[in-house]
Amino acid sequence: MIAIIDYGVGNLYSLSSSLKYLGIENAVTADKNKIEDASGVILPGVGAFADAMAKLQNTGLAPVLENQAKSGKPLLGICLGMQMLFSKSFEYGEHKGLGFIPGIVAPLSADLKRGAKVPHIGWNSLEFYKPSAIYKYINGGEYVYFVHSYYAKGCESDVTAAAMYEGVKITASVGKDNVFGVQYHPEKSGAAGLKILKAFCEIK
Amino acid sequence: MLAKRIIPCLDIRDGVVVKGKNFGGIREVESPVSLAQFYNLSGADELVFYDITASFEGRKLFTETLKEVASCIFIPLTVGGGISSLDDFDRVLKCGADKVSVNTGAIDDPSLINRAAKRYGSQCVVLSMDVKRVDGKFAVFSRGGRVNTGISAAEWAYRGQEEGAGELVLNSIDTDGVKGGFDCEMLNSVCEKLTIPVIASGGAGKKEDFLTLFNSCPKADAGLAASIFHFKEINIEDLKRYLKENGVQARV
Repeated sequence: MIAIIDYGVGNLYSLSSSLKYLGIENAVTADKNKIEDASGVILPGVGAFADAMAKLQNTGLAPVLENQAKSGKPLLGICLGMQMLFSKSFEYGEHKGLGFIPGIVAPLSADLKRGAKVPHIGWNSLEFYKPSAIYKYINGGEYVYFVHSYYAKGCESDVTAAAMYEGVKITASVGKDNVFGVQYHPEKSGAAGLKILKAFCEIK
Repeated sequence: MLAKRIIPCLDIRDGVVVKGKNFGGIREVESPVSLAQFYNLSGADELVFYDITASFEGRKLFTETLKEVASCIFIPLTVGGGISSLDDFDRVLKCGADKVSVNTGAIDDPSLINRAAKRYGSQCVVLSMDVKRVDGKFAVFSRGGRVNTGISAAEWAYRGQEEGAGELVLNSIDTDGVKGGFDCEMLNSVCEKLTIPVIASGGAGKKEDFLTLFNSCPKADAGLAASIFHFKEINIEDLKRYLKENGVQARV
């Protein structure tokens, strides 16, 4: 069973539906026991970084996730869920993240040329940098769906795929041992996205 | 590289997909769920659902349809039609919508854009505008294109961006349903100062119209159409292959 962490942020309906569609048993939950029993954990998220981190702290889920990450269980952060895996974010101030992967989250606008559109929204193609178990079923060049205004930096050694946007290399995914993060939304990325979710759920 | 998007739009009334011409003469097409599944498999980059029912019963039917669609379609889903409060945002987001499109509701109360962007994030708020030429100027129309608000389209688009809209749908009433091509003149005029993604709507009749759109309106990120896709006059996969062969980035 895959646990989809429910901490009151964002819409988990599509994510849960896509796993169901793949025939993968899943539970949208904030229950510590359920999370500990799961074979894999997905940390979703949309919205503001500070608000989401506060919710993870207030619900007591942050230490649960930390234990899971340390235990070697596969953990996948999606979009804001990926950004929270890093040490800190500079979204409206400076905020501490979960710190499972070294790196920071910074505004895209600071690195884009003037007039370039933010958020980076739409389908962009993946360029692979390092092999990752989540890409078992797809090849480089596949398009996935992005919606974000901030991106991960300073995590070069853990980047598994990137996407080019207006001359900026966007960190599309990271992987460090059993901890994975994707900036894009696999649950909104059509057939390619479903294959990424399937590959993650099969990681032992 | 970011791909240009092709977006089929489904107008839904009492649980069925309908399509009119110049905002009138509605005719029924088919079940939204089967049509959405068809688009999902044929390469659509996103789907837009507009609820054009007025009745409470119709609205309930719409949210049921939406839930069903969201459970089997794994591409972004935008929902609009009658959105005038944060409760409306909540209602459709809970049914699996990723973005919510506001039109008349935002004209009546522009703070809706800002309040929704603060609560759900800009990426969630799409400002949809119906634009028509009046005395040589581009004006915004409300209430399904029936009422001239007298507001300048370029000013309203810019205001929407500043209030926090994450995307803009620009629909040309003049070219809607005519199938003579997108309204590039209007699009270029209205988008000049915008830095948010723009979805062009109204007028697509053939593959070449999309190529013209992307070549002559650099600010257009997506092309939206309804009848030509619904009546299978254009196959989305063929269209995207054609665009790619002609130098437009497309997800094929």
